[in-house]
Amino acid sequence: MDFQLADLKLIAPHIALLGTALLVLMVEVFGHGRRRPEATWISLLGIGIAAAATGMSCHENRLGFSGMLAADGYSAFCNMIILIVGALTILVSSNYLKDERHEHGEYHALILLSMTGMMFMASATHLLLMFLALETMSIAIYALAGFFRTKEGVESCFKYFLLGAFSSAFMLYGIALIYGATGTTQIHGIMEQFTQIKGLASSPMALSGIALLIVGFAFKVAAFPFHGWTPDVYQGAPTSVTAFMATGVKAAAFAAFFRIFFVAFPATSPVWSQALWLLAVATMTMGNFAALAQRDVKRMLAYSSIAHAGYLLVGVVTATAAAGTGMLFYLLSYAFMNIGAFACVIMLGRRGADSTNLDDYAGVGFKYPLLAAALTLFMFSMAGIPPTAGFIGKFLIFKAAIGKEFYWLAVIGVLNSAASVYFYLRVIVYMYFRERPEAAPEGLRSGPAITVATVVAAAAVLILGLAPGFVVRMAEAAMSTF
Amino acid sequence: MIPFEYSLLLSAILFAIGCVGVLVRRNVIVLLMCIELMLNGVNLSFVAIADKLDSAEGLIYVFFVMTVAAAEAAVGLAIVVNLFRHRDSVYADEINLLKG
Repeated sequence: MDFQLADLKLIAPHIALLGTALLVLMVEVFGHGRRRPEATWISLLGIGIAAAATGMSCHENRLGFSGMLAADGYSAFCNMIILIVGALTILVSSNYLKDERHEHGEYHALILLSMTGMMFMASATHLLLMFLALETMSIAIYALAGFFRTKEGVESCFKYFLLGAFSSAFMLYGIALIYGATGTTQIHGIMEQFTQIKGLASSPMALSGIALLIVGFAFKVAAFPFHGWTPDVYQGAPTSVTAFMATGVKAAAFAAFFRIFFVAFPATSPVWSQALWLLAVATMTMGNFAALAQRDVKRMLAYSSIAHAGYLLVGVVTATAAAGTGMLFYLLSYAFMNIGAFACVIMLGRRGADSTNLDDYAGVGFKYPLLAAALTLFMFSMAGIPPTAGFIGKFLIFKAAIGKEFYWLAVIGVLNSAASVYFYLRVIVYMYFRERPEAAPEGLRSGPAITVATVVAAAAVLILGLAPGFVVRMAEAAMSTF
Repeated sequence: MIPFEYSLLLSAILFAIGCVGVLVRRNVIVLLMCIELMLNGVNLSFVAIADKLDSAEGLIYVFFVMTVAAAEAAVGLAIVVNLFRHRDSVYADEINLLKG
């Protein structure tokens, strides 16, 4: 155990974000009493610095802090996804917060703090750091979910808090049992113990530890049967926070999930891959079929995010480098299409009334053609229709599953995405083939920042769909650093 | 000397009591206490295992878990205060606005 100053370079992006969060809070305290759009710009600047720092530390490719965390291509790619999620969320929130009269710097500080936690999750190679990062991320998001203090917001916040804390306890118990079975919680150390000690792979203590770890992760990524909180929380939370939760938390949790299971537990993979197989199939099927019945767009997107967790779980079940590549690409494209879709939902709402019922979308296509075109693109991408990013992501994941002879998993996945087309297209049908009611309110909740975010997201969805080669190669390079 | 297995069993029982408590109790303050009970049950495992293996790692976990539990309780109680302001009640089955 020794501390090297050079290790600080590995966490430079994390330090940059943390520093920005504190700076935003300071500005909030000392600049009180006047309108402060500065928080948005300071946060974006901090995210930019963190991105530059990530770019500089991604070639280090080594473990730091006595094996606590790794700065490799994989964590650099995940960091970039998280930074993109954060930047888009902050852009999307700017007008929304002003309109809802909640323009406070704490919001940006909480987003930045939870991003710090997410980035630590993606680079953690030690279960202790992973747990602390998970809590840093979650506690900030509990506060964000109740940021508006409306009746629904507080209820959603409480449900998220209760189930989040409940699931953390399961994960912690899992860590304790793995520690008991292997004597270490450094993931490379765990892997060595499993190869050295015969019979450890079938010891009940190790297996129940892994099972509890799966339960903890399944809660966080909203996988069946631990998905119950998702629709309520996503519907009640502020829409920008919902977008952040659905993309950022998913990216961080899947990054840690994949790294831990890929590195630490290959010896027991026959056991857990069967369990995750069932979980993946149940998650996507349940998510898609429940989404069919929804008439609230925010709730529909919540169930769709459960279904997407199912597709991503296919990547974890397969657990090969190709599956990792697919998962990274999918997480990136999901960030763009989901935040883009929620940005459209925000623009169509107004103060105190989110107007997220399907009927509120009737006739939007002719009234606001550009917005409807963007939302159509995002829905196509979520359904996995070419030439969008969602299609390439699903293609890569299912190809990896077939490569490891999980034929049924791939077939069920493809059937599921076919079924999901129905409820994604229903939004489009309402926008273009229904009359807009006379009493429909006028005006969009739009502004420069949210427009930029939507345009960037739409462009990214198209570019990743039409010319994915560059990003796929980057994801492959990221996976090769394991 | 208390055998190692007994400590693990006690910790499992504490964890299970907390878990059942979260599932069946109605008062949200009691729910928070049940979650604390689960975390402290796990802490007991960490201490017992650290003692058995003669390694300090488990003991360090305990410190961090206590810190995390404190942070969680701070945010959790703030949320409960907000909840109480909205509906003058601390019973979980009256929190039923969102469903479908």
